[in-house]
Amino acid sequence: MSGRSLFQKVWDDHVVVPETADTPAVLYIDLHLTHEVTTPEAFNVLRSRGLSIRRPDLTVATLDHSTPTVRIASLKDLDVVSEPAAAAQIRTMIDNCAKNGIRMYGYGSDSRGIVHVIGPELGATQPGKTIVCGDSHTSTHGAFGALGFGIGTTEVGHVLATQCLLQRRPKTLAINVEGKLPRGVTAKDVILAIIGKIGVGGGTGSVIEYRGSTIRSLDMEQRMTICNMSIEAGARAGMIAPDDTTIQYLNGRPLAPRGAAWEAAVARWRALPSDADAQFDKEVSIDVSQLAPMVTFGTNPGMVVPVTDAVPVSDDASFSKALAYMKVAAGKPMLGMPVDVVFVGSCTNSRMSDLHDAASILRGRKVAKSVRMLVVPGSVQVQRQAEAEGLDKVFREAGAEWREAGCSMCLGMNGDIALPGQLCVSTSNRNFEGRQGIGARSVLASPLTAAASAVAGVIADPRPLLPN
Amino acid sequence: MEKTDIVRSRTVVMPGTDIDTDQIVPARFLTTTTRKGLGKALFADWRYDKDGKPKADFILNTPAAAGCRILVAGNNFGCGSSREHAPWALIDFGIQAVISTGIADIFRSNSLKNGLVPVIVDQATHGWLLANPGVEVTIDVASCELRLPDGRAVGFPLDGFSKYCLLNGVDQLGYLLHQSDAIARFESERAWKP
Ligand code: SF4
Repeated sequence: MSGRSLFQKVWDDHVVVPETADTPAVLYIDLHLTHEVTTPEAFNVLRSRGLSIRRPDLTVATLDHSTPTVRIASLKDLDVVSEPAAAAQIRTMIDNCAKNGIRMYGYGSDSRGIVHVIGPELGATQPGKTIVCGDSHTSTHGAFGALGFGIGTTEVGHVLATQCLLQRRPKTLAINVEGKLPRGVTAKDVILAIIGKIGVGGGTGSVIEYRGSTIRSLDMEQRMTICNMSIEAGARAGMIAPDDTTIQYLNGRPLAPRGAAWEAAVARWRALPSDADAQFDKEVSIDVSQLAPMVTFGTNPGMVVPVTDAVPVSDDASFSKALAYMKVAAGKPMLGMPVDVVFVGSCTNSRMSDLHDAASILRGRKVAKSVRMLVVPGSVQVQRQAEAEGLDKVFREAGAEWREAGCSMCLGMNGDIALPGQLCVSTSNRNFEGRQGIGARSVLASPLTAAASAVAGVIADPRPLLPN
Repeated sequence: MEKTDIVRSRTVVMPGTDIDTDQIVPARFLTTTTRKGLGKALFADWRYDKDGKPKADFILNTPAAAGCRILVAGNNFGCGSSREHAPWALIDFGIQAVISTGIADIFRSNSLKNGLVPVIVDQATHGWLLANPGVEVTIDVASCELRLPDGRAVGFPLDGFSKYCLLNGVDQLGYLLHQSDAIARFESERAWKP
């Protein structure tokens, strides 16, 4: 028998009832993350069936999606800054959690933030756990060697009521990333290149394991950026084997184990990496030693090129439709395209290292007059840390807006939107039509590229602006 | 969930590939706290102009689309966000099945939990359906067959459990609740606790 993969080990460890030809496996869930948008109907269903929450202690809640990113003094002010429906949704979430004994990191909490930023920050995200959330970017948590995947609202109800899900075992896809990353090229560029290579449906039905020397050299924040966008390749989840970097990151976090429990957990985590002879259903390799900063030109994350390239040519109908929406012409260089909005934020790129990157370009420079730039920290923790380091000043002095933590312009639910026709260089994960506002045109990029484009007022290569 | 055994209808065709759930239901409609009434949000940014009037040239606004319950879509339909609002909106609009060469995982799983039948077919069948919009086809859940007007039957994959749930209108929560003894045993016997 061949060895087991990281995924297989985590899966096996959580099978309550094995799958058969006729029935899916019953899979136990260790951590359930929730937010205001995809949960209300789940609570409604439970209520109408008279069911209680099986393990409220394994569910964690926050407010991020429809949450305003302008400062409010108290919950009362929500009605001033939010649409009535969004305010009602936030209140429903607070109420549902209070009634059911679910820990809520809401307003006033030092730990509020984007659900995929706070899980790791709190140390709730740990290797070997099964982690779900009614949000497709739950794949982020795979950076720790957890099996994290997004679920729908009905499944949120299943987890609340039974702490389990019915699942068929997915396939496995190993992506080997080798080579030393050139200066100015980041984890965001790596994952955009991977999606460009395998396509937005390339991971469908699979759990990806990212492996190789490049991955090993990345810190946890960069690993999260990679795993975060697994879903943009259609994958169920993306995982990275835990190692010293992972263990160091978790040590001392509020919800991480302590004392003897910590020692036991570390021993267990050390056994998780894929065995040397583990088999994968598919393997892909990519060399990143010559990679350039990447930018998208179309309306899905797979439509991506090096920033120094031109928009590709194709006669496919969906491709042409995408170019028409983006108002870009095949054969035209990406560099120099006029930019209206720059957004640095989202669960992909809103952590300290991302803000450091953006600040390294903006320090002593100005955002172009024609550009509106928003910098939105992923969590209150990130916000405080950035302010302690004076990064907020760097952004403000450059002419960017420094906001409160939340999803913000990643999905434009809270009123932070780009206007029709505006081109937005964004560090988020989706350049779908209308994602950042009706008619808004999104170009996905790294925080370095986003900041360089803000300064130039056009899509720009960050490498000439890097500090020495 | 309603029982679904046969879906018979003319098809409406949206040939674009990678149609994501942000198109199916744009995020600004997600502030709702119930699943009801989302049909009006379906494809809102494609369906209405900026004054909220239906665009005459959008396929779902055309007379030919009226009453169609089967959507034929390009590859990788339903990719992106996990929002279950996407199948809710399709169902509320009147769609009962989606046919494509590829349907994204989370959308597929959400569809099955709401009685929207995901039908994956081969390239040739798909190509024929794209080229012949509006034909009447039959989706037979029990036999996992799509029947075309010329009498041809094309099989599609559906696991036994999902089929059982569709045919009997059973939602999966009931099944999971029946496993509570096994779940309790797992919780007490596992080697480590989360
Ligand atoms: S930042 Fe964007 S992608 Fe991430 S959880 Fe929020 S809305 Fe979803």
